[in-house]
Amino acid sequence: MYDAGKIIVGLVIFVGLMTYPFWSSPGRPTPLPQVELTAEAKAAKECVEGTEFMRSTHMQLLNEWRDQTVREGMRIYTGSGGRQYTVSLSNTCMQCHYNKENFCDRCHNYASVRPYCWDCHFVPERKTDG
Amino acid sequence: MGNDRRDFLKKLAGICAVGAGLTPLSEVSAASGRPEYDIKPRSLVGKRWGMVVDMKKCWEEQEKRECKDCIHACHQVHNVPDIGDIKEEIKWIWTDPYENVFPNQEHEYSDSIGKPFLALCNHCDNPPCVRVCPTKATFKRADGVVMMDFHRCIGCRYCMAGCPFGARSFNFKDPRPFIKERNEEYPTRMRGVVEKCNFCEERLAVGQLPACVEACKAKALVFGDLADPGSDVRKILRAQYSIRRKTNLGTRPSVFYVV
Amino acid sequence: MLEKAIIGGGRKYWSLVIVLLGLVGVGFAFWLWQFHEGLTITGMSRDVSWGFYIAQFTFLVGVAASAVMLVLPYYLHNFKAFGRITILGEFLAVAAVSMCLLFIIADLGRPDRALNVILHPTPGSILFWDMVVLNGYLFLNIVIGWTVLGAERKELPPPKWIKPFIYISIPWAVSIHTVTAFLYAGLPGRGYWLTAILAARFLSSAFASGPAFLILLSFLVRRFSKFDPGREAVQKLGDIVTYAIILNVFFLVLEVFTVGYSQIPEHLHHFEYLFFGSHGHSTLVPWMWASIVFGLSAIALLIRRPMRRKEAVLGIACGLVFASTWIDKGLGMISGGFVPNPLNMVREYVPTGPELMITLGVWAAGFLILTVLYKIAVSIKEQVELK
Repeated sequence: MYDAGKIIVGLVIFVGLMTYPFWSSPGRPTPLPQVELTAEAKAAKECVEGTEFMRSTHMQLLNEWRDQTVREGMRIYTGSGGRQYTVSLSNTCMQCHYNKENFCDRCHNYASVRPYCWDCHFVPERKTDG
Repeated sequence: MGNDRRDFLKKLAGICAVGAGLTPLSEVSAASGRPEYDIKPRSLVGKRWGMVVDMKKCWEEQEKRECKDCIHACHQVHNVPDIGDIKEEIKWIWTDPYENVFPNQEHEYSDSIGKPFLALCNHCDNPPCVRVCPTKATFKRADGVVMMDFHRCIGCRYCMAGCPFGARSFNFKDPRPFIKERNEEYPTRMRGVVEKCNFCEERLAVGQLPACVEACKAKALVFGDLADPGSDVRKILRAQYSIRRKTNLGTRPSVFYVV
Repeated sequence: MLEKAIIGGGRKYWSLVIVLLGLVGVGFAFWLWQFHEGLTITGMSRDVSWGFYIAQFTFLVGVAASAVMLVLPYYLHNFKAFGRITILGEFLAVAAVSMCLLFIIADLGRPDRALNVILHPTPGSILFWDMVVLNGYLFLNIVIGWTVLGAERKELPPPKWIKPFIYISIPWAVSIHTVTAFLYAGLPGRGYWLTAILAARFLSSAFASGPAFLILLSFLVRRFSKFDPGREAVQKLGDIVTYAIILNVFFLVLEVFTVGYSQIPEHLHHFEYLFFGSHGHSTLVPWMWASIVFGLSAIALLIRRPMRRKEAVLGIACGLVFASTWIDKGLGMISGGFVPNPLNMVREYVPTGPELMITLGVWAAGFLILTVLYKIAVSIKEQVELK
């Protein structure tokens, strides 16, 4: 083939770059994120919805909350367990999960997502235990 | 030969496009349908919220002390930053001289020239800012409040150009460093979005009057439902002469000034 | 056809491309800084909330619309001399509309949410329609230009299905600038813009500035390549510029009369600020008068046919027309609308250095697109015509 030298060198570089994530940390699996619950979260026993549901769907739920509160003025949410909650990230969710670095950030950092909710919504300043 | 390859690539691209187009259909949200949303039980309910401003009462208070209670209350409750630069200042409620709040309405024989008048978003009945917003980030609620959805705003500032009253402010930079006293129960905004007075809709939702109305010791601000003939605001409007800003533009403001 | 952008370019071509790429890079770096810090790095303010970026966008929409001035006479009236250069107009439109879109993105407070305009369509908002017509026009010109050029390269007539696209592009060109004018002309609180003649003024200045720029580009193409756009085509474009700039100045006179004779402050104050200064603020006064002088000088040079037959005179006049309309739309229009503000206060706007660097980056990007597309078009025409 023409320019065989350049093509093969180029291919090697390309394949090396594309497979970098696989060979750059051999044998060291990245541990799955562990989240910590605060005393308040443990005491509340249940979240707005079940743990599995929240794990998979809290993003959509928060989007729904956002539209319902801001655009429709609806501020009460009745969970599938029957309990009522005020629709608010800072005043409901973060009251139990104020340990953002050890809770929210754990999975977000692992999955490399950067939700910018907290640019505007406050994280309650409280001493986290443990 | 060349055409076969071209045809194949075109067909492949077509199939990919169809596949990509069908993807959203497969992701029907599992979270929809079931949950119930409701308003809070003590929520104030109205058909057309409005406000009456009586500057004479305000001026009487100003003679006793320099009073900015309404401005401080509003800006504190809503985490409005104090930018300190007139070019980038953010203000939801403020005062300006009479001839600026009512431009081209004044005459040189009026004794109101130079006197401070309160200015804020008028929550117009026919708001040009809502008309021009390309994403409905600013929208008019059924109860008359002209709302801002800070999540959706793209910062195009068309609403600022559309507002005939200069009631809107833009976040030219991150506002957090400029917030004097934080109210942790209400969010801040981020750089790049427009904001303005929201008639304290989050307070109305829990049965409270707007912060400025509550803070005014001179009772110069009265808030109520303009559609209810028995409301306080309607009683005042029946009893006294009142003006609004720039009525010839047809925006139908909901803020009245008793003169 | 794209290979024509890389093959056969001489040292001048590549130097130009590299310089433009460098300017684009600088502008992009400044834009990244703006994206991080916010629009505080610009000179815009609470009172003048639109500035240089939107002004450039407004001016360039006009330049883009001017492609119709080549397409209409050729396709509707069979004016053969334009047949060889409609591609230059269409590719200029592509470059200009690309710059418009880039300026809009540069101006947004949250460009990361730009897609909200599509996710939450609002047909009542003119900005929504502006997005529709601008992107549609970009698409039209790319498809038309590429197809017609491709056919010319194969020395075949263009395929029949392109004809409807070409016919649609004619009213579409008028619509992009009309919709852009509607952005301003429907705002009740802005007396400078609230006039029915705004759209007409926009179009007349577009049909002056666009063809003027095309004439200058034709001179450059003739100078730096073997393709000659043709004396007759350039002269006809000169006729169009002449009538358009006369019409533009006439419309300005109409505006000045209505505002000056009725003396309604909401309209008059803005003209006073622009042309005489207000409350000690007069940054734009020399610029506005320069625009008037440039415009009138251009008319003086152009109005007699023997004068504009001389290409040196025509070139100078086109430069004056371009400068005059650029000042009018790119400087005066935005500031004039926002100053004085709705509370009758005079708060001026001056762009900052970083703002100008981002602006320069976007202009460079547009010129880069123009250079590459023109290289392709001209190479093909050289290849076909000079066999």
